[in-house]
Amino acid sequence: MKLFSWFKKKETYPDFWEAYLGYFKNKKEQPVPDTRFVAFDTETTGFNIKEDRVLSIGAVSFIDKKISINESLELYVKQDVFKPETVEIHGLMRSDNVDKVSELEAIKAFLKYIKGDILIAHHAGFDKGMINEMLQRHGLGKLKNQFIDTGVLYKRSLHIIYQERAKPYSLDFLGKELNVPMVDRHTATGDALITALVFLKILGRLDKRKHLNWGYLLNK
Amino acid sequence: MKNSIAERVNDFIKNYPPFNFIKPESLLEISKQVSIIYLDKGDTLFKKGDHYNEHFYMTRNGAITLYHTSINNTLEIINISDGGDVFGLRPLIAKENYKLTAIANEESIVYAIPIDAFQLITQKNARVQKFLITAFATNTYDPYTAEEAGKIFVDYLPNNNQDMVNFQTANYSKNPITCPLTSTVKEAAIIMSKHRIGCIIVVNENNHPSGIITNSDIKNKIATGRYPIETLVTKIMSSPVITSSKGITVAEGQLQMIKHNIGHLCITKDGTINSKLIGVLTHHDVLVSLGNNPSVILKEIKRAKRTRELRAARLKAETLIKSYIEQSIPISHIFKIMAQINDAVTHRAVKIAIKKMPSKPPVAFVWMSLGSQGRKEQLLFTDQDNAIIFEDVKEGIYDETKAYFLDLAKLVTKSLNKIGFEYCEADMMASNAEWCKSLTEWKSQFNEWILNPDEKAMLLSSIFFDFSPTYGDDSLTLKLSESIYDTLDKTQLFFKFLGRDALKNPSPLTFFKQFVLEKNGDQKDLFNIKSRALMPLIDAARVLTLTNRIKGVNSTYERFEKLAELEPNNKELYESCSYAFKALSKFKTKQGILHNNTGKFIELSTLNKEEQLKLRRCFKPINEIQESLILRFDLKNFG
Repeated sequence: MKLFSWFKKKETYPDFWEAYLGYFKNKKEQPVPDTRFVAFDTETTGFNIKEDRVLSIGAVSFIDKKISINESLELYVKQDVFKPETVEIHGLMRSDNVDKVSELEAIKAFLKYIKGDILIAHHAGFDKGMINEMLQRHGLGKLKNQFIDTGVLYKRSLHIIYQERAKPYSLDFLGKELNVPMVDRHTATGDALITALVFLKILGRLDKRKHLNWGYLLNK
Repeated sequence: MKNSIAERVNDFIKNYPPFNFIKPESLLEISKQVSIIYLDKGDTLFKKGDHYNEHFYMTRNGAITLYHTSINNTLEIINISDGGDVFGLRPLIAKENYKLTAIANEESIVYAIPIDAFQLITQKNARVQKFLITAFATNTYDPYTAEEAGKIFVDYLPNNNQDMVNFQTANYSKNPITCPLTSTVKEAAIIMSKHRIGCIIVVNENNHPSGIITNSDIKNKIATGRYPIETLVTKIMSSPVITSSKGITVAEGQLQMIKHNIGHLCITKDGTINSKLIGVLTHHDVLVSLGNNPSVILKEIKRAKRTRELRAARLKAETLIKSYIEQSIPISHIFKIMAQINDAVTHRAVKIAIKKMPSKPPVAFVWMSLGSQGRKEQLLFTDQDNAIIFEDVKEGIYDETKAYFLDLAKLVTKSLNKIGFEYCEADMMASNAEWCKSLTEWKSQFNEWILNPDEKAMLLSSIFFDFSPTYGDDSLTLKLSESIYDTLDKTQLFFKFLGRDALKNPSPLTFFKQFVLEKNGDQKDLFNIKSRALMPLIDAARVLTLTNRIKGVNSTYERFEKLAELEPNNKELYESCSYAFKALSKFKTKQGILHNNTGKFIELSTLNKEEQLKLRRCFKPINEIQESLILRFDLKNFG
């Protein structure tokens, strides 16, 4: 039975998914400055992982503190689910004048972009959930990448005196604390860039205290 | 495909030259190719001699300092690029390696603009070309070009305000040490070492200068075996020498040195090589004259209207420390001058911030400096620790009063950060709602720490018990001090805690008389002079000062001196602690200057035997003072 299902899986998965899984074979840990990170964000029709849909995905990638703009990803997804009340937040109208792609195309582009690299998101659980749900709808497995949540990382980077006072660190709060220019807030790409900069700034703080290692970053 | 980030980059760069001279649709093409680079304070973007990059740069946030490497390998600031300034233009003008070094002055975000894409679009745009050439010239080490450019694009040049010093007559060394043309190198070297000097002038029979031999000549030409030690000085000397007459100004002297790429100028009677030698002006003399004027720096600080002017003045003070340390001026004197400068900078920063506020402060307040600045022993840039006390107000208007001071504090801490004082990692700053409160609240906060001491209170008290007023109404700090001493009378437990805290870093030497080195992380072979040697002395001085109810003496060495007065039977111990503190601070400062950081970690391998011994000698009083604390506060079984 086990063998059978393994075979079945092997045969029914499309090529791009196999290619994606390929990135995780024989993956070796590299020094932090040589590693490619992908910061991403999604804009959705709402906060219910099961019912709501992804309207856009934005992502930027960087190696050693350098973000290349022509290597960023900006996807707008065609969706039938539409909630007028969230338009206020993300500003994405159903008939907006941007090139939209189907969910499957978005998945392909996203997986090709992220490869097996480390993903960074703010309140990562939600974005991860939304993408996984999307993958599942198309009969694919879950994301295999390692995640870093900037909210969690920030809290751990604080001086011990202030850590106990847990508050939910919003992206707005972190942006202000760390002096990151807040442009294009609430667009997926804008938030992805802010998340990337927030991450780099926290990394800078950690570096000074010599905490910069994989065990600490990935909370192993 | 839509690229929102490129659009935002475009929105920013289009406001600044040279990009404002480019057509919008072409500019967006460039924006799409830009990379965003994040730099932490102190990160190097490129350094002198590096192969040129495919990019030039524009500062988006923060500031990038451009340095020129001088003949003796020290870095001199040429310019600081703030938001919207372009730099790193050399590869755009000439495909050569970098001549300057670019280091982040503070946390910064920089746009890297690809040169190929940029040139493709701007080749034929005359205004762009003209701007770039001017901007390039401004950032190059050439004071003349900067002046001709009319300072249009140079809104910040640290040397501008040194005019007063620049046109003073240079203070050269009279009675230069010389040797005749017939000497051997060995004879010359013996004279140099006898007089402890780094160079000697070779003179002819009329006492006219013929050549010069420096330490590096001896190192490069003799020690390497290229010439035997009995060689005549004429064989290895640099000749002819560059000369000048005695009326030379500091600026002229500096220019001559840059022009001829030399470190020494011979001063002769008529200014030519065919007259009698009367003195030598060294690069070091120039540096000293440029930096050694605290009153000029203080005046500049008091006149400063903007944060960047304060930053320039504070940076000059750094040069001042350097020359003071080189001249072996007593460290207590350096402490006093730097405390004055740091206080003046902070005072001015608060004043500028108040002007930026929509209204005047609603009630009296005082800006307190804490920690090392509070103790007035901050020499290099370190973290900022500060707090605000404001006068008690009626409950109804409390919230708005506090909100006002928090906003004010945010402005001040931001500009202090820009000046060079890093944000406190533990957020012990007046911009934190916890450290900005009314007098009554502060009193109860201190009472809480004193009456219910715990680990956390100890962590905080090491910072907060060293406060001194920097701006505003100091009667508020006096009232706070009185309240603290009243509360201290009620308890002995707090002193025990403080005493134990002073012991938390045991003797810097292990049983085997080895240095205790840091074992964690990358700092493996480093000795932490701050936590191992300075902190125990600072902590001990604090607890003893509080026990003796000494008010208004804040610096550690002065506290020990005061204690020596009050407790004659411990006089010797306290005096040796005071001495050790000064010696160790000097060590730390020297290391900090050497490595351009706080000097906290000392690389033992870089110290010579004599320095290591000196360091060890300072540890003896640390042992002794710790033992005396154990007896005094009965700490043997307190843990």
